[in-house]
Amino acid sequence: MRAHRARSFGKVLVLAAVAMGLVGISAWAQPIKLTVTSRAVRGGVNTQLVQWLEDVVFPAFVAAMRAQGKDVQVEFIQFGGTDEALKQQYALDLSVGRGADILGFDGFWIPEFVEAGLVKPLERVAGPAVWDWEGWEFIPLGMREILGYRGEVYGIAHGTDVRVIFYRRDLFEQAGILQPKVGIHEWQPRSWEELLDTARLIKERLPGVIPLQINAGTDMGEATTMQGWFMVLLGTGIHMYDFDAEKWYGQHPGILEALRFYKTVYIDEKLGDARMQLLPGARARTFEGFRDGKIAMLVEGDWFWRSVIAPGSEWAVPNREEVVGWAKMPANQPGAGYRGQDFVTISGGTGFILNPNTPHPEEAWALVSFAFSKEMQLEFQRIQPRIRCRVDVPVLGDPAMTAMAEALLPLTTVRPMFPGYPKISYEAQLMTERVVAGLMTPEEAMVAYKEALQAIVGAGNVLIVP
Amino acid sequence: MAPALIFIGVFLLFPFVWVFIISFTNRTLTGLGAVSPSFVGLQNYLRLFDLQRWMRPGEFGNALWNTLLFVVGSAVLGQVPLGLGMALVFHRCRRALREAVFTLAIVAWILPGVTVAFTWIAFLDRDFGTLNAILTSLGLGAVDWYFDYPLLAIILFNIWRGTAFSMLLFSAALGTIPPSYWETSEVVGATGWQRFRDVIFPLIRPHVLTALILVTLWTFNVFTPYLITGGGPLFRSETVSMYTYRVAFRFLEFGRGATAAVIIMVINLILAVGYLVSLKRQAVYQ
Repeated sequence: MRAHRARSFGKVLVLAAVAMGLVGISAWAQPIKLTVTSRAVRGGVNTQLVQWLEDVVFPAFVAAMRAQGKDVQVEFIQFGGTDEALKQQYALDLSVGRGADILGFDGFWIPEFVEAGLVKPLERVAGPAVWDWEGWEFIPLGMREILGYRGEVYGIAHGTDVRVIFYRRDLFEQAGILQPKVGIHEWQPRSWEELLDTARLIKERLPGVIPLQINAGTDMGEATTMQGWFMVLLGTGIHMYDFDAEKWYGQHPGILEALRFYKTVYIDEKLGDARMQLLPGARARTFEGFRDGKIAMLVEGDWFWRSVIAPGSEWAVPNREEVVGWAKMPANQPGAGYRGQDFVTISGGTGFILNPNTPHPEEAWALVSFAFSKEMQLEFQRIQPRIRCRVDVPVLGDPAMTAMAEALLPLTTVRPMFPGYPKISYEAQLMTERVVAGLMTPEEAMVAYKEALQAIVGAGNVLIVP
Repeated sequence: MAPALIFIGVFLLFPFVWVFIISFTNRTLTGLGAVSPSFVGLQNYLRLFDLQRWMRPGEFGNALWNTLLFVVGSAVLGQVPLGLGMALVFHRCRRALREAVFTLAIVAWILPGVTVAFTWIAFLDRDFGTLNAILTSLGLGAVDWYFDYPLLAIILFNIWRGTAFSMLLFSAALGTIPPSYWETSEVVGATGWQRFRDVIFPLIRPHVLTALILVTLWTFNVFTPYLITGGGPLFRSETVSMYTYRVAFRFLEFGRGATAAVIIMVINLILAVGYLVSLKRQAVYQ
């Protein structure tokens, strides 16, 4: 009996040892799991990013790591909501120390996240070794600043962008503005009046077509500020912020001029559809309208060209190269634009940052730097040609994209990168909303904007120019 | 007792007190206010009740007014009379028919909010919506529900969604009336209206009050309409719960959001006290 007990005790010991051994082995062989997220859905918004990551970068990275003896798994988490919803998700995730290891981030979110201690510079997350990466010497300072703040670098941008007027050549031909047989196949307005005249002509000759849609209202969020408000305001000669005086414009004839332009388009002459701007899902409605040939001119970023209406996207325009043209956004009068320019545009950028809470900072950085290697960036160019962050990666195979970059990068400017900017940006969106809905006159809307601005940054930081 | 008290303390009192404290700070989730929030006294409250722009679209007064219209329209004028009507009509009906109708009404109530909201978006769409297709075929012309009548749109939605709740309440109340009362009133030849006025209503009056308060409380806090209109356009359908969500979770300004939440909690508290008092009266009555 006793012997039997002893034997079974021995059995248990052996079993326990084996079990522990197995646990030990499996812990040792457990692959490192990295997660990446961004506003991108296969077959939907930013589908090209998902294709590039899942079909090209991840398999190559996993193989490269295996060659180094590391077992790594990578997963992309698709996010299909709006930019605002993603930002909200990040703020909530990061504030409780969670979230994917690598986050697709919009540059202008960086300052407020930094001030809140939610994100950290690359070298603080992954160590000073990040500066040993070969890629840095090909990424100019301006590109580093897209995901930077106060001299620190938080991530790497996919590239930068510019904004233009996209127009439907087919509608322009129907309206007699373009006449390919006579040799008129490009269109470029030189002032707001010329732009409005074209819109008036379309309204007269093509009933049912919305001549000109300029982003407005709060539903579109930052799209209104970048593709709408800035594109108009810069044409009056000012920016939202005076970089010399280090103050925000709260009252200025330029703001009134810009608001009156909105009023002309949406209220007085109904050259644009205000309803479309005010309903939920406004931006997707404009994409749809342009795709279906119901909008003749739409002011948008080059992202619209290379992603939204590109082949394979939800809003793809068949024969994009033939049907869609682009023109520079003119200033109110030639020479009256920001810095005395004839044409205006503004740039931003998104990219990847490291989550400071990642349990695998080294591997996460390895993945990011691998994705931004020349080889991988060239692969990305094949899927979506654009202005990339590396100077050794040219725009390939898309003459329209190359032309946009060459024409507009010399003219571009950027948003004021301050923690208060997103709130002020919202107030600017609200200001356009109040005007295009007819709730306020341009004068009243400017006063409301000025008051809101003073509440956000303090009266001392607001410029009043009568 | 002790576990119950701990439960209440952890899950009810603590969050309440916490929200109350935060409402006096400038705490945010991003920016400087996230790292070093400071006490700002009554500033958030003064901002919320800044009478100069109180009724401006997007401000709290506007949201409160919308909420009032929403609650009166969808609960007091919609769900409660409709629920009572349905309960009365089907109370003495054949069992199978009653069960079928009740089941359908309850389905509207238990379906997931997101699914229902999506259905309603499709239903009310200006260009492709089912409702406008019906209206057009009747020669009435299409209505731009979301743009011209956003508040009415969410009121209709909420009536559809919530009537089952008051119907169930009233159905239970009618069940408490002894069948002999109905039979007697039939024997003496009372009309339907007389029977309702002199027999049924006095007997279920306390339940009507309870239902009114409960439905009001529920409607006041409901958030599903946000999925349909997002509070827009131009904040014309923004209720106080949407306002709070926007400030706290879209702008990530927890201090200001907490202030609105405190006001909402106070209003809820008043409604709840009304409910409890009416329950007490009911008990005395019986």
